[in-house]
Amino acid sequence: MQALFGQLLLGLINGSFYALLSLGLAIIFGLLDIVNFAHGTLYMMGAFAAYLLLSEFQVGFFPALFLAPAAVGLFGIVVERTMLRRLYRLDSLYGLLLTFGLALIIEGLFHHRYGNSGTPYPVPELLRGGLALPFMYLPLYRAFAVVTAALVCFGAWLVIERTRLGSYLRAGTENPRLSQAFGLNVPLMRTLTYGFGSALAAFAGVMAAPIYQVSPAMGSNLVIVVFAVVVIGGMGSIAGSILTGLGLGVVEGLTRYLYPEASSVVVFLVMAGVLLLRPAGLFGRTR
Amino acid sequence: MSELPLRFSSGRVRAAFAFMVAVGLVLPHLVYPVLVMNVLCMALFASAFNLLLGYAGLLSFGHAAFLGTAGYLAGYGLKVLGLSTELALLLGTASAALLGALVGGLAIRRSGIYFAMITLGFAQLVYFLAVQMPFTGGDDGLQGVPRGRVLGLFSLEGNLRAYYFVYLVFLGAFFLLYRTIHSPFGHVLRAIRENEPRALSLGYDVDRYKLLAFVVSAALSGLAGAMKTVVFQSETLTDVHWLMSGEVILMTLLGGLGTVLGPSVGALVVLLLENGLAGFGSYTTVITGVVFVVGVLAFRRGFVGEALGLMRKFPF
Amino acid sequence: MHRRPMAILALPLLLAEPALAAEGISDGVVRIGVLTDMTGYYSDLAGPGSVLAARMAIDDFGGKVAGKPVELLSADHQLKADVASNVARKWFDEDKVDAVVDLVSSSTALAVMPVAAEKKRVLLLSGPGTTAITGAQCNAYTVHYTYDNWALANGTGREVVKDGGKSWFFITADYAFGKSLEEDTAAVVRAAGGQVLGSVRYPSPGTTDFSSYVLQAQASGAQIVGLANAGADTVNSIKAAHEYGLTKKQRLAGLLIFISDVHSLGLDVARGLYATTAFYWDRDEASRAFARRFQSHPDNAKKTMPTMVQAGVYSAVTHYLKAIAAAHTDDADAVMAKMREMPVDDFFAKNGRIGPDGLHRHDMYLVQVKSPEESKYPWDYYKILRTIPAAEAFPSVEAQKCPLAVRR
Repeated sequence: MQALFGQLLLGLINGSFYALLSLGLAIIFGLLDIVNFAHGTLYMMGAFAAYLLLSEFQVGFFPALFLAPAAVGLFGIVVERTMLRRLYRLDSLYGLLLTFGLALIIEGLFHHRYGNSGTPYPVPELLRGGLALPFMYLPLYRAFAVVTAALVCFGAWLVIERTRLGSYLRAGTENPRLSQAFGLNVPLMRTLTYGFGSALAAFAGVMAAPIYQVSPAMGSNLVIVVFAVVVIGGMGSIAGSILTGLGLGVVEGLTRYLYPEASSVVVFLVMAGVLLLRPAGLFGRTR
Repeated sequence: MSELPLRFSSGRVRAAFAFMVAVGLVLPHLVYPVLVMNVLCMALFASAFNLLLGYAGLLSFGHAAFLGTAGYLAGYGLKVLGLSTELALLLGTASAALLGALVGGLAIRRSGIYFAMITLGFAQLVYFLAVQMPFTGGDDGLQGVPRGRVLGLFSLEGNLRAYYFVYLVFLGAFFLLYRTIHSPFGHVLRAIRENEPRALSLGYDVDRYKLLAFVVSAALSGLAGAMKTVVFQSETLTDVHWLMSGEVILMTLLGGLGTVLGPSVGALVVLLLENGLAGFGSYTTVITGVVFVVGVLAFRRGFVGEALGLMRKFPF
Repeated sequence: MHRRPMAILALPLLLAEPALAAEGISDGVVRIGVLTDMTGYYSDLAGPGSVLAARMAIDDFGGKVAGKPVELLSADHQLKADVASNVARKWFDEDKVDAVVDLVSSSTALAVMPVAAEKKRVLLLSGPGTTAITGAQCNAYTVHYTYDNWALANGTGREVVKDGGKSWFFITADYAFGKSLEEDTAAVVRAAGGQVLGSVRYPSPGTTDFSSYVLQAQASGAQIVGLANAGADTVNSIKAAHEYGLTKKQRLAGLLIFISDVHSLGLDVARGLYATTAFYWDRDEASRAFARRFQSHPDNAKKTMPTMVQAGVYSAVTHYLKAIAAAHTDDADAVMAKMREMPVDDFFAKNGRIGPDGLHRHDMYLVQVKSPEESKYPWDYYKILRTIPAAEAFPSVEAQKCPLAVRR
């Protein structure tokens, strides 16, 4: 029993990363109609930014939590303005292919420079040590990760669903022409959205650095799973992707307890099952 | 993408094919035969993929599942069951077709990006099975696969012999694809791609056509994979990895979506690039990515597409 | 006029030359290819260091053998079996490579072995561990040079059980090497009267977060948590074990530890770990001499000390070149026969003998990682507990059951 709780808690921690990443993906897809294959790479860039800030500039974890997403968000804005912008009028498949190509380029460059064996990133001083829970010893940093991820997810949801800025964004998606006629600067909103999504991915990357090791391949394997999460949750639903991310992390944890070898594919099995029963995803709206 | 295929006089078409066949006969004596065989296998893979994307308008991001499944089963057939080569190829192709029917049946329910993500998800399931099942050898791969004997009589040991067999199979499969594309079935596919509601309103069972296209595409991809196993005498996880699915998209895009020869040209270019860049290690990924990006932004019609466009402007 | 008779005398010599060349060096050059993991999980324990070791061996030999030059090639197989076998195939077919060295991972080794056997070229393996290489899958052209899983299981495994570790739980890398290591060690544990409570297999390469597996190890309640993995996997699992407080109640047994791992972990974390190694740089004057040259070599960017894999590459290449010199040819069958005939006696191995199954049986060393207080200078990481003589360190030819050897 105790072992089960331990795995479920670990699953929840992993799930919070899934939630953060699928949130970013869902926002970008919902507002830009682009499947951002580079999302995993942006996550990796966030982790590397944190590592470089530490090794080159002796800037620690907490400042990195703001600086890295800012830098990667800026990068995202540049990408959107120079490349993605040209693809909106085309089939959405091209957006997918472009971001796929970008992911390959960036990952290849990092791999060339840093190899693939992973560089360690130390847990910040303040968060070392752990809590001795009855069923396991929980490192303090992991508790911090879950709480922070939850806050950020909730905050993002709040902004999009409950604020005026959020309503502009949603209007811009549903009917760009009409919104523009009403004076909304739709192109600017698209740029900001992609930048925000990139920053969110990078934020997840910084949080992940002390746990998962910083390596160029860390994003690409993760992003495939996150795609499945978004398909299950129903693309375009913000709350849906957060809840699904957390839920699937827990399901994965459960699988690790029962049949560890399958833990990497249980998400896809769930996806197959959900699609059979609810083709639009658990929370999706049929678009 | 929504242009009608150029009408060439059948004389020109025949001449072009004859030229291609002649080149193929001579090539292995000039270039490393294993490389040429690899190009042929990937050209078939890309052409099969193109049937689905270029003509039916369905982007599958999990086609590696068909390549690899057939490859593993053909390898198993040759190594463990001692099948003759053509039976092993048949086993591979049939298994890929079956898998195609399964995956296609579920994926067809959605369209566009959802369809792509679903195929990716299923491909990951296949990847997992390939890692876990004992007969595939997991990470070690299936090694030491004999090339076998065609019809139990003609041994394929020796690169040149293997080449001519592979070449024969390739020509046959390519011809099959060509006829499919230019048949009434192919025309309906194109109609579905351009305006699905209209095709529906005209009374066509759109879902059945899509599924059939999916199965044919999967089966021929399987044939390519089975042949690849025969050529390299081994099969590994690389052929079921999603990077391979991405690579076939690249080949098709680069060569020319919706053209007959495009994917083959794309396969040739990509493999030459990879071969030439082998010494550069990680730069291969970078260059592949750059080609993708440039292709999507500025070269969407691909080599053959651009060539056809030029010919339209300057007809000869 | 007087010169003609002399010319006639020269004729027999001209005729004799081709006869020598037929059994001489194929196309006039001996080409050695180092096929290794340059950028991945095992790049620190092999990788560029292995290439350097081969380079040093060739240079120290004089750059030529039997009057012909020796060339070195290298490539990165990225730990992928198909890349390894394709590169090897191309090297043999197109580039006329005579011997392939290193390979470092068991999957790639098993993939290249059939290719080498088919093309009749020599394979010098330094790094892979699975005993299948000289067992069920053996062939006449492969030398398993540096260590194998049986040696590790027998060294570390037996020692830990003797030390009181009776119940075990394994965290295993889910591929040929890991599974083989787990099996071999489990056999040793059971034979010594211990028990195996369970194991968990994780996907490798690709796993960096070992939390879940550490939790399972804790839940098992075993006294010893055996790590059947290597390289970065070992480093990460040890770190995770510390993070989750596993080491407070249980002990870790790293079944395959390299000095590069200890260097990454630091003595604070790695102290007390047992290891079985074929080579320790600080063992004696000869090994120190080699190690210092290796460390200070201009190509050694990170100034690391050689691991046993890298030292093994040096020794294997030297032995190969000596065999060519003795046989006057680089024909694989003749050279393999000479390699088995000649004993290995250099700074790497004392009393080394390559058996009919291709396994190089030599002395191994049981070491323990020092605590930070015990370490007096950089890279002073191990204390050598005892030398395991070759006959005890490796499985016998009969035990390996290589079809070639048993038939003989």
